[in-house]
Amino acid sequence: MNNLLSRATPYLQATPLLLILGFFLAIPILLLLVVSFWDYDFAGMIPGFVTFNYTETLGSWITWKTYGNTIKFAIIVWGITTFVGFWVAYFLAFHIRTATMQMVLFLVCTVPFLTSNIIRMISWIPVLGRNGLINSGLVGAGIIDQPIEWLLYSDFAVILAMVHLYTLFTVTPIFNTMMRIDKSLVEAARDGGANAWQIIWNVILPLAKPGIAIGTIFVVTLVMADFSTVQVMSGGQSASVALMMRNQMSLLQYPAAAANAIVLLVVVLFMVAGILRIVDIRKEL
Amino acid sequence: MTDTKKTGISRRNLLKTGAAAAGAALGAGAITGFPTIWAQNPITLRQFGTGVSNLNAIAEKCKADLGITLEMTATDSDAAAQRAVTQPDSYDIADIEYWILKKVFPTGVIQPMDVSKLTYYDKIVPLFKTGKLLPDSVIAQGTAPHTVGYVDAPGDKTFAAGETGWFTMVPTIYNADTLGIRPDLVGRDITSWADIMDPAFKGKTAIINVPSIGIMDAAMIMEAMGNIKYGDKGNMTKEEIDKTIDFLIKAKQDGQFRAFWKSFDESVNLMSSGEVVIQSMWSPAVAAVRSKGIACRFQPLKEGYRSWGGGLGLAAHLEGAQLDAAYEYINWYTSGWVGGYLNRQGYYSAAMDTAKEFMSADEWGYWIEGKAAQGDILAPDGTVMEKAGALRDGGSFEERMGKVACWNSVMDEDRYMVRRWNEFIAA
Repeated sequence: MNNLLSRATPYLQATPLLLILGFFLAIPILLLLVVSFWDYDFAGMIPGFVTFNYTETLGSWITWKTYGNTIKFAIIVWGITTFVGFWVAYFLAFHIRTATMQMVLFLVCTVPFLTSNIIRMISWIPVLGRNGLINSGLVGAGIIDQPIEWLLYSDFAVILAMVHLYTLFTVTPIFNTMMRIDKSLVEAARDGGANAWQIIWNVILPLAKPGIAIGTIFVVTLVMADFSTVQVMSGGQSASVALMMRNQMSLLQYPAAAANAIVLLVVVLFMVAGILRIVDIRKEL
Repeated sequence: MTDTKKTGISRRNLLKTGAAAAGAALGAGAITGFPTIWAQNPITLRQFGTGVSNLNAIAEKCKADLGITLEMTATDSDAAAQRAVTQPDSYDIADIEYWILKKVFPTGVIQPMDVSKLTYYDKIVPLFKTGKLLPDSVIAQGTAPHTVGYVDAPGDKTFAAGETGWFTMVPTIYNADTLGIRPDLVGRDITSWADIMDPAFKGKTAIINVPSIGIMDAAMIMEAMGNIKYGDKGNMTKEEIDKTIDFLIKAKQDGQFRAFWKSFDESVNLMSSGEVVIQSMWSPAVAAVRSKGIACRFQPLKEGYRSWGGGLGLAAHLEGAQLDAAYEYINWYTSGWVGGYLNRQGYYSAAMDTAKEFMSADEWGYWIEGKAAQGDILAPDGTVMEKAGALRDGGSFEERMGKVACWNSVMDEDRYMVRRWNEFIAA
C-alpha cells in the first residue's frame, strides 16, 4: 500500500499541471486542428474533411508575402529590443551598486506597463501624426517645410510601437541571468588583463545567453502573433499573419482562420526550436 | 464581435414575476393606459440587430407606451447574419439590413407579415415597395429593398417579383452614404467619386476596410473614373472584382491612401486630425467631426449615393399572443415617435408622414425638406448639432434618397471578393 502510494506520488503531483495544460492548451489546439479541415459558409461551419483551407492559404502569394512581412517585423524588432534590453540590463546589473537601487530602477522600467497596451500604442498617434508634436515642432522651428509623412501609418510607426511595447520582455530575463553571474568571474577576467569590452564579449555575453534566448522567444512570439499594433500603427495599410486571421474571423470564416493558425503555430514552433538549438536554456540556467 | 445585453432580466424571470404582478394588478383592479392587454400580461420581445437602431431610448419609450419589454442585443453585421440563421429561437424580432435578409430569409427563420395587420403600411415610402421614391426615379443597383421585400405566400423561400400582401420586413431606418470631406483643406470643389483619386490628394485619402462596403465605394470610384462599366455593382463578376481590386492595389502602391479605417472612431480621428481630407464616411461620423468645431461635409456627388437600409423581421417561431405583441410593436414603431427620433439623428424613417407629427416644423424643414434651419437644431440629448441658418448636406430627403446609385448588397462571388480584398490590404 505504502509502496503503491509512493509510486503514485509523482503522478499525483503532475496531475494539476496536466489538467491545466490539457484543458487550456492541448484540447483547444486539437479542436483548432479538427476545425481547420471543416467546410464553411456564411451561416456557420460544416463538419467534414476538406483540405482547401490549407491549399487556399498556402497556395496564395498573399500568405507568403504576409509571412515575409511579419518575419521582417520580428527580426527588426528582435534586433532592436535585444540590443537595448542587453544594455539596460547590463547597466542595472553591473553599474548600480546597491541591490535596493537596482530594484528601484528595475521597477521604474516597469512603470509604463501599468497602463494598457492599447493606450501606450495609441498615444504615439498624436506625437507622430501629420499635425502631431514632432511635425509641428520641426515645421515651427523652420527645420523642414513639409511635415514628414512616414512617421505615422508606416512600417516605421509599427516597429517603433513594437519596440516600445516589447523591450521590457528582453530586459527582464537578461537582467535576471546577469544577476546570477558570479562577480568573481569578472574580477578574475580583470586580473587576467581583460579590458572592459573583452569582459563583456568573453564573459558576460556568453553567460547572459539563456536570458537573451528567453527574451528572444518572448519577442518573436509576441510579434508573430500581433495584430492590433500593426492595424493601428500602419493605418490598416500593412498586413500581419494575425491580422489576416482576424479578418477571416470577423467574416466568420473560422475554418480558414483555424488553418492559418495551425500554419502559424508550426512556423513559430520551428523558430523556437531553432532558438533552443542554439542556446540550451536548461543547461545554462 | 460585440454582444451586449441591454437588460439584465431573463425572459423566464420576467414571465414569472410578470404573472405574479398581473395577478396582483387584476386583484387591485388598477389597470390604466394603453393597451391594457400587455399591462395585464407583460410580454418581452427579444430583438437583435446591427446596432444602428438598437437605441436604449426606443426600448424605454416602448416600455412606457406599450408595456412591452424590449431586450436588445447588438452585433456586427456578419455575426447578425450568422445568428439569424443558426440560433433562430434566440430572438423574436430581427433588426437587420436588407442584404442580410437576402442571405437569411431563404433559410426559413423569418416569417412574412400580413400587410393587412400593419396599420401604417400605406404610409411606407414607395422606395420600399416599388424601388422608386418618385414615379420617375431610376431603380438603383445592388440589393434594393423592394427586391427582397415580398413573398407570394407564407412559407415561400423565394422573393416575389412585385408588391404582394406578404411583407418580409418592415423598413425602419435607412440613409444615403457618400464621401466625407474637409472643405477647408481640399481647396477645390468636390463633385465626383473620382475626386478621391486626384493626385493632389495623394496620401490624404482613406477608404473603409469592411470588404462588403469598401468594394461598393471602390466601384463608385471606378465607374466615376470611367475605368469600367459594371453590369451590377452589387453583384460583380469575377473579372469585375479582379479589375476593381487590381486598380485599388495600384492606387495603394502609388501612395494614394493614408489609411484604411474599420471603426467609426477611426474615421472621425482621421478626419479631425487632418490626416485625410477626403474619405468614405458615415453620416454620424460627419456629425461627430463637426461637433468638435471642425469643418466637415457629407459631400453630395454627381454619380449618386451608396445607400443602406434596415428593417424589422418576425422570427418564424412567433405565434399567438407573442405574434400579436410583435405586430403591435411594429405598428408602434411606424406610428411616428421612433421615426421622428431617427430623422433627428440624420437617418430616415420609412413612414415619413407619421414621423412628421413628432417633429417641429423647423426640424422637419432642416432634416427632410432641405431648408435652412430657423433656430438651433438639437440632438436628442439636447446638445446643439447645427446652428440656425445651417443647411443639410445634400439637401432634402427626395434629393438625397432619389439619387441612390447602389444599395449595400451581397454578391454571388462574395467569398472570392473577400479573398481578393484581403490581398489588397496586404499588398
